[in-house]
Amino acid sequence: MTGMIQLSALSKSFGPIEVLRSVDLTVRRGRVMAIVGPNGAGKTTLIKSILGLTHPDSGRITVDGVGIGRDDAYRAHIGYMPQISRFPDNLTARDLIAMLKDLRNVKASVDEDLIDRLGIRDQLGKPLRVLSGGTKQKVNAALAFLFSPELLILDEPTAGLDPLSSSILKDKILALRSAGKTFVVTSHVMSELETLADDVAFILQGRALFVGALDELKRVTRQLTLERAVAALMSPAFSEAAA
Amino acid sequence: MSTVLKVLKYQARDAIRSRWLIAYGIFFALVAEGLLRLGGDPVKAQLSLINVVLLVVPLVAVVFGTVYLYNAREFVELLLAQPLKRRQLYGGLYLGLAIPLAVVFTVGLGIPFAARGLDPSSWSALAALLGTGVVLTFVFAGIATLIAVRCEDRLRGLGAAIGAWLLLTVIYDGFVLFVLAAFSSYPLERATLALMMANPIDIARLALLLRFDGAALMGYTGAVFLKFFDGSAGVAVTLAALTVWVTLPIALGVRAFERKDF
Repeated sequence: MTGMIQLSALSKSFGPIEVLRSVDLTVRRGRVMAIVGPNGAGKTTLIKSILGLTHPDSGRITVDGVGIGRDDAYRAHIGYMPQISRFPDNLTARDLIAMLKDLRNVKASVDEDLIDRLGIRDQLGKPLRVLSGGTKQKVNAALAFLFSPELLILDEPTAGLDPLSSSILKDKILALRSAGKTFVVTSHVMSELETLADDVAFILQGRALFVGALDELKRVTRQLTLERAVAALMSPAFSEAAA
Repeated sequence: MSTVLKVLKYQARDAIRSRWLIAYGIFFALVAEGLLRLGGDPVKAQLSLINVVLLVVPLVAVVFGTVYLYNAREFVELLLAQPLKRRQLYGGLYLGLAIPLAVVFTVGLGIPFAARGLDPSSWSALAALLGTGVVLTFVFAGIATLIAVRCEDRLRGLGAAIGAWLLLTVIYDGFVLFVLAAFSSYPLERATLALMMANPIDIARLALLLRFDGAALMGYTGAVFLKFFDGSAGVAVTLAALTVWVTLPIALGVRAFERKDF
């Protein structure tokens, strides 16, 4: 299986704080990679580096075999769902869809499956400022899937979603994974990642302490669940062994 | 359609529906209407409006612009994850801010005059007033965009925006007065002109006062200024200074935006 995303020796500091320290990581095509780690571990910086939102100090990132640099074309194959869904107050979700279609030069119809399944079609014409936080998060999710991208990067996708919407979103992820799409997902809910992830990257203080299959992680840590496995990785004994 | 125009289209659609922007237009309509009713004479009303325009337009452009862009921060991240170039996005964001502000100002201030039907002489004075307001809008929207990109912290950014306005409207004039007083025994007309060119609000004020025959009020200095602004060299220098004031914040902002980590 080939690497959809390849990070080699990726480092990034914000002032004196080293957020990523020589991270090597491969996201395999057609799989769901969960990025886990405590708050401030560097997960969001990692994701933003792949998207080109943050410029790494050193190291190399390739997406689909092409090194990302000044060229922005690779992002045409990426759908991104940011953690915080804040949109312009006076636009409607329909405006946003039209805007993204315009910016991506997409004239054809797009994947509006999530709009119907999350039940937000009748909200599309309302100004985004009047929508509830949960509805905005549904819009956020629907936008990421709109262009049937090869790679989806979802930062805390189910935060703020009700259980039904959250399970609809997870079903969608699994269905597209079966269709060969690649996912990078972060979440604080380990049980949720457990049902989604094929692979896990565990980041602690900017280092990738474990990158591999979920089953492999459980085997190495001798734990039955992802949550327990991650807790075991964070224990001082394991960190010392890894160092 | 270029990416800049696409971003501009939706950004402007959002901004023009903003209640603050609508209030801004109504404010100018009410002030112009009030002055026209009280004074009766369009030229007198326009003279009184000069100071309102010189103070309010920069303040609203820089403060509204900074706050608006801070609020759009997460949305900008979503847009940056699309296949587009950062400088194109910057252009769209800047124009999507400056154009609605300029349009609302022009319509708000223009309606009370247009409703009365003006003679050609006051039309040209009104055009000068509106044109000056539009140029100041583009200058200060550029400064707002630059501040929002450079300053990570909202509160500090807002402080910087108000600080920039205070500096260019109040503090700078104090500095100029100090220089004039300190060196009053020297011929200072050219030095004063140079000082004026270094501040977009001063350029606007001078150009407008001379346009409204205010030069007579300024004695010998006024005569020197009038000569300068009437000559083609003077006009060229003024235009060049204003061009620098519009483009410099944009150039610095694009540079910062391309390097920025989100």
